[in-house]
Amino acid sequence: MSKINKLISGNCGVICPDCTEDYVKAGGYQGLKKAFTMKPEDIIGEVKKAKLLGRGGAAYPAGSKWEQLLEIPEFPKYIVINADEGEPGTFKDKILLGQDPLRVIEGMIIAGYVFNSHDGYIYIRGEYRAIQKVFQSAIDNAVKAGYLGKNILGSGFEFNIHIMTGAGAYVCGENSALLNSIEGKAGRPRIKPPHLAEVGLFLLPTLVNNVESIANIPTIVLEGGDKYLSYGTKDSGGTKLICLSGNVVNRGVYEIPFGVSLRDAIYDPQLGGGIPNGKKLKFFHLGGQSGPIGGEAQLDTPYCYKALRNAGLSVGSGAIVVMDEDVCVIDYLKGVTEFFIHESCGKCTPCREGNKQIYAILCKIAAGEAVQDDLVILKRLIDTMTIASFCGLGQSAAVALNTCWKLFKTEFEDHLHKKCPAQVCFTEQERGE
Amino acid sequence: MCCSKVTKDQAVEIIKRYEQVLAIINKYGKAKEQLLSILLDVQATSGENYVAEEWAEVVACQLDLPISKVHDVLTFYAMFSIEPRGRYVIEICKSTPCHVTKADAVVAMFEAELGIKLGETTPDNEFTLLHTSCVGACDIGPVAKIGEEVYGNLTAAKVAEIVASYREAKACQK
Repeated sequence: MSKINKLISGNCGVICPDCTEDYVKAGGYQGLKKAFTMKPEDIIGEVKKAKLLGRGGAAYPAGSKWEQLLEIPEFPKYIVINADEGEPGTFKDKILLGQDPLRVIEGMIIAGYVFNSHDGYIYIRGEYRAIQKVFQSAIDNAVKAGYLGKNILGSGFEFNIHIMTGAGAYVCGENSALLNSIEGKAGRPRIKPPHLAEVGLFLLPTLVNNVESIANIPTIVLEGGDKYLSYGTKDSGGTKLICLSGNVVNRGVYEIPFGVSLRDAIYDPQLGGGIPNGKKLKFFHLGGQSGPIGGEAQLDTPYCYKALRNAGLSVGSGAIVVMDEDVCVIDYLKGVTEFFIHESCGKCTPCREGNKQIYAILCKIAAGEAVQDDLVILKRLIDTMTIASFCGLGQSAAVALNTCWKLFKTEFEDHLHKKCPAQVCFTEQERGE
Repeated sequence: MCCSKVTKDQAVEIIKRYEQVLAIINKYGKAKEQLLSILLDVQATSGENYVAEEWAEVVACQLDLPISKVHDVLTFYAMFSIEPRGRYVIEICKSTPCHVTKADAVVAMFEAELGIKLGETTPDNEFTLLHTSCVGACDIGPVAKIGEEVYGNLTAAKVAEIVASYREAKACQK
């Protein structure tokens, strides 16, 4: 089995990103042309057959999401693309946005056609300011070439795309917070229900999809749902963009077929290429800061939704951050928790206060000042946050800690006795060196 | 009662800035949903990388928003500052993929090069050194972001080179 399959990233680094001519020469807009010959419900039928699972992290079936929105009678409807990619270790959408924006635009036009929507919004994080300019140029060129604006390709259909900028808030990756941000407000999540399909942007029915999800749509329409499904597993079609970072030789974005093992992703010379400087793997963090942590024993798990879930792991956003033996688990978790303290919107108590308390205990552990009771409190905080937080951010903030707890319980205990196996915590004197 | 006098030069500067802020607001059609873009532009053109209270009030007034809503946005998003900062804000990514590739060492390199500590601004108001969350460049960590530019795979030599290039840019402007 080939370990790389460039189903949606083939144009990246090959064509001029904003050039319509280049995009068309590479087969662009064929999916859109075919879509205009199809009925909206048939297009959704293909997306359902394709078994495309949302690539932003939640893995919700895209076809079902589209079907739910189609059934809502109110108009207008909005298409919103979530390009707020803020999960540390995740930079896959950046590749599509900056190197093949016209594929994202084509997917958005098809979605617009399906829902008879005339306005699509793409919310690009503020940190990608330079990419926003490339994307705007791609939009302008698409308008000039008649693929956007009024009467697209003589079909009578009108669709416009607007770029909205973020300003540095991880929580805006949560779809309802993202819509608040597009409306010019602070990006705090909304209470659900009502669901965004019914009451979304400007209180109107809205589709929110991730960049990678929408980039798959032209291929699904062009090749058909069955063919697309055949590129993946029987439960989830297509390929996945993964992002390798941390202590791995070949850091970068790779498009892989589902089913490649984690060992291959990290060690295969075509992909990660192993750990630098002859070091050993200690653990890996999947799907971003809110994702689970795995170790050596899980390396042979195939990279697909079902197998990873069965192994207590998850695909999430596609991030794979690799850590070598020199990384201290407690020190790493301090970094993860600091991130969530900074990014918590502050709306609910379990998340706002829980992260701070977890951080305080981790600092005590790292300083060798913690006692057994602190570990009991830590476990209680994990459970409370997971159950009682308002949105996905708080609910998943302690996932890394919880999975590390199971994998490295002895390392937590060691720190109570001023032992840090990675030699990161404590002074040389404290370590008895 | 305040009796400080505004000089003619200062008055001219204030009027120029007022017109600049109005032009930014008009560019976005005075649309409420464009508040983030407007404030980012106001900040970027301030020369000190922040949104001053008086200009936040102008934005609120022009968009017909309560000032509390503008404050809510300014204090919610990490990219805004309500305090003056250096002309160049150097932000070192502190997220875990950068942390495990030695981001702490990069902070120390910039501190040594600039002669300031993290969180401080150089006495000439040219550089402010800060931490930031992930900038989405984990493949080239450790990274630093200055304005729209992201610098990766940083070493002491590269850090010195980057700082020198910004200092030279300043010298050329003079």
